[in-house]
Amino acid sequence: MGLTLAEKVWDEHVVRSADDAPDLLYVDLHLVHEVTSPQAFDGLRLSGRTVRRPDLTIATEDHNIPTVDVDLPIADPVSRTQVETLRRNCEEFGVRLHPLGDAEQGIVHVVGPQLGLTQPGTTVVCGDSHTSTHGAFGALAFGIGTSEVEHVLATQTLMQARPKTMAVTVSGTLPDDVTAKDLVLALIAQVGTGGGQGYVVEYRGEAIRALSMEARMTICNMSIEWGAKAGLIAPDETTFEFLRGRPHAPTGSDWDAAVAHWRTLVTDDDATFDREVVVDAAALAPFVTWGTNPGQGVPLSASVPSPDDFDDDDRRTAAERALTYMDLTPGTPMRAIDVDTVFLGSCTNGRIEDLRAAAAVVSGHRVADDTRMLVVPGSTRVRLQAEAEGLDVLFKDAGAEWRGAGCSMCLGMNPDTLSPGERAASTSNRNFEGRQGKGGRTHLVSPQVAAATAVLGHLASPADLEEV
Amino acid sequence: MEAFTRHTGTAVALRRSNVDTDQIIPASYLKRVTRTGFEDGLFAAWRNDPEFVLNRPESRGASVLVTGPDFGTGSSREHAVWALQDYGFRVVLSPRFGDIFRGNSGKSGLLAAQVDAKVVAAIWDLLEHEPRTPVTVDLRERSVVAGAGPDRVADSFDVDDYTRWRLLEGLDDIGITLSHAEDIKVYEETRPSWKPATLPARTGL
Repeated sequence: MGLTLAEKVWDEHVVRSADDAPDLLYVDLHLVHEVTSPQAFDGLRLSGRTVRRPDLTIATEDHNIPTVDVDLPIADPVSRTQVETLRRNCEEFGVRLHPLGDAEQGIVHVVGPQLGLTQPGTTVVCGDSHTSTHGAFGALAFGIGTSEVEHVLATQTLMQARPKTMAVTVSGTLPDDVTAKDLVLALIAQVGTGGGQGYVVEYRGEAIRALSMEARMTICNMSIEWGAKAGLIAPDETTFEFLRGRPHAPTGSDWDAAVAHWRTLVTDDDATFDREVVVDAAALAPFVTWGTNPGQGVPLSASVPSPDDFDDDDRRTAAERALTYMDLTPGTPMRAIDVDTVFLGSCTNGRIEDLRAAAAVVSGHRVADDTRMLVVPGSTRVRLQAEAEGLDVLFKDAGAEWRGAGCSMCLGMNPDTLSPGERAASTSNRNFEGRQGKGGRTHLVSPQVAAATAVLGHLASPADLEEV
Repeated sequence: MEAFTRHTGTAVALRRSNVDTDQIIPASYLKRVTRTGFEDGLFAAWRNDPEFVLNRPESRGASVLVTGPDFGTGSSREHAVWALQDYGFRVVLSPRFGDIFRGNSGKSGLLAAQVDAKVVAAIWDLLEHEPRTPVTVDLRERSVVAGAGPDRVADSFDVDDYTRWRLLEGLDDIGITLSHAEDIKVYEETRPSWKPATLPARTGL
C-alpha cells in the first residue's frame, strides 16, 4: 500500500524505532526565540550539555519586542532581560541569532521560509505552536514545549508517537473575493477547534494547488487552531519557484538532487488517510469570527449567532460566555460591528503578499476617524521590501501606523496591546479572551477584510468600499 | 523529574470547555527567564473575579483540576503546565487535551489524565454537593476514584503507555535519548548534503 506525504517525511526521519517507545525523530531545523528558550538553555547548563547541532539551529527575537523605537533599549526591564538572556545563550552555545535591528530579524515563521531554510521534506520544530506554518513547503513542522526545546538542543531529535493522518481536500476554485484566511476560518468553524486532534493534516485539492506559498503558509499556520499536530501541503512548482535563489536554498547539483527528491514528496495514489474532510471552495465567502475561539466564526454577510443555535451543551455554554465577553447581541449583522483597532500582521498574515493585498484595498481611501490601524510587517525583510514598493507611504498617507517587525499585537506580551473593552479586527490567529491584551475583543479576519474594516470603521469587505 | 504513582487530593471543578493556554497563563507572564514562580499567573484574568472557583475557600489546597473538553489548546507555552504545578496541581482530568499541552505535562510531571465526559460531569456534581471530596488518581492502575457511598465515582483514565512509564519512573527524556547517541550519529551520516544548514550564515533577499 502506498504512503501519504506525512508518512513519507516521517519515515525519512526515524532515527530509532522500538515497540515500547515512541519513534525517535531527527530534526532538520530548530527555530528558537526569546520566550520559550531561556529555561531550556538553563537546563543544558545545569546538566553540562551542549547544543548538538548549532548548524541546524537559528534564533531570532520576535515575541516580546517593541515595534517602534527599536533602536532604543527595550523599556520593559523584564522583556529586556529575556531578550538579553537569548543573546547571551546564543553566544555561549554558538547559535546563530538575528537580533532586533538586524535585517534578517522577524517572526520565526516568516524568517525560516524567507531565508530558504524551510524546505520540502524536512522536519522543523520550534517552541511555538504556529510552527505548523512551515508545512506549506511539504515539511513536517510542529510546535513543542520548552522541555522539548531542551531535548532538541541537546540531541537534535524528539520522541514522537506516530500521528494519524487526515486529508482536507478543497475542491473547485475559490471565488475572487475569498482568501486563504477565509478558507481556513470556514474550515475551523466546520470541524471545530478539537477536530484535528491527533492528526497530521494534508491540505490538497485544486483550490490548494492554485494558492501562492504565502497563502499556503496562512492555511498551514492555522492548523493548530483546530488541534492538528501539523498541517502540510505537497511541494510543487510553486514551492520550487519560491525557494529558488533564496540564501539557503541548495545550488548547482545540490539543487537538482533536492528537487528530484522533493518531487517524490506526494501522497501515493493508493495511500489511505485515517480521516478525510472535503470543502467546496466555490461555496466559501469572506469569513470572520464573532467569539473567543477560532471555531466561532460566520460569513461576514451573516449575523451574530444565538447560543440557542447550538445543540451541543458545551458549545452553547461557550457561546454564551463568548457573547458576554465580546459584548455582542445575537442577531446583530457582523457588518454592523464597529471596530476600534485594525491589526495587520503576524505569522498568519504578515508576509509581503498580505501587505500588498491590504494596501490595494486601502489605496485611495483613509482609515476611519475613530479607528486606528497598525501595520506590522512579519519580518524586517518584509518591511524593507514593502518600503521599496512604497507601501509604507501608502499606509501612512491613509492614516495607518507603519511599524517594525515582530509578533506585535498578535499576543499581549509586548507594548502593542488592546485596552480593556477595545475591539479589534485582526489578521492574526487567535481570538482567545485577553489574547491581544487584557479585556480586549478580537475578530479574526483576512488582510483584505482588515483593510476594508479600517476604512469603514466597521467589519467590512473590499466590495463594501465600492458602494461608498 | 519527580516520580508519580498515586495521588489523593481535593479537587476543583472548572466548569468550562476550550480552556486555552492563554487563559491558563496570559502572555504577559511569559517574560520571565526562571523555571518556577508562575503560580501568580495561573488563570490570572479569571482570578480577578472573587467568584471564580479558585478564589472560593473550599478550593484552598486543591491539587486535582477537573475540567471540560479541549483543555490546554492553543499556544505551546509550557509555562501553562508550570503555573498549574506551582499553584499546587498534580493532576488535570479532562475529556480531551490540546496535544502540545498534554506532551508538556508529561515532560514536567503533571498528570494529564483523559477521562470520559461522563466522569467529569459526575465529579462536578459530587463537588457541588461535597466540595472537599478527595479524589484519588492511581497511575499504575490508570484509575480515578472520587467520593464514597452511592455517589462514588470510579472509572479508568487514558494516558499513553510511554508517558505513564516515564512518570512512574520519574525519568529524564534527554538521558534516555542520549543513551541512543550512536543511532543519532549513524543517522546523521546518511543525511543528504543538500539538506539545509543555518551555518555558515547566508543572508539577503
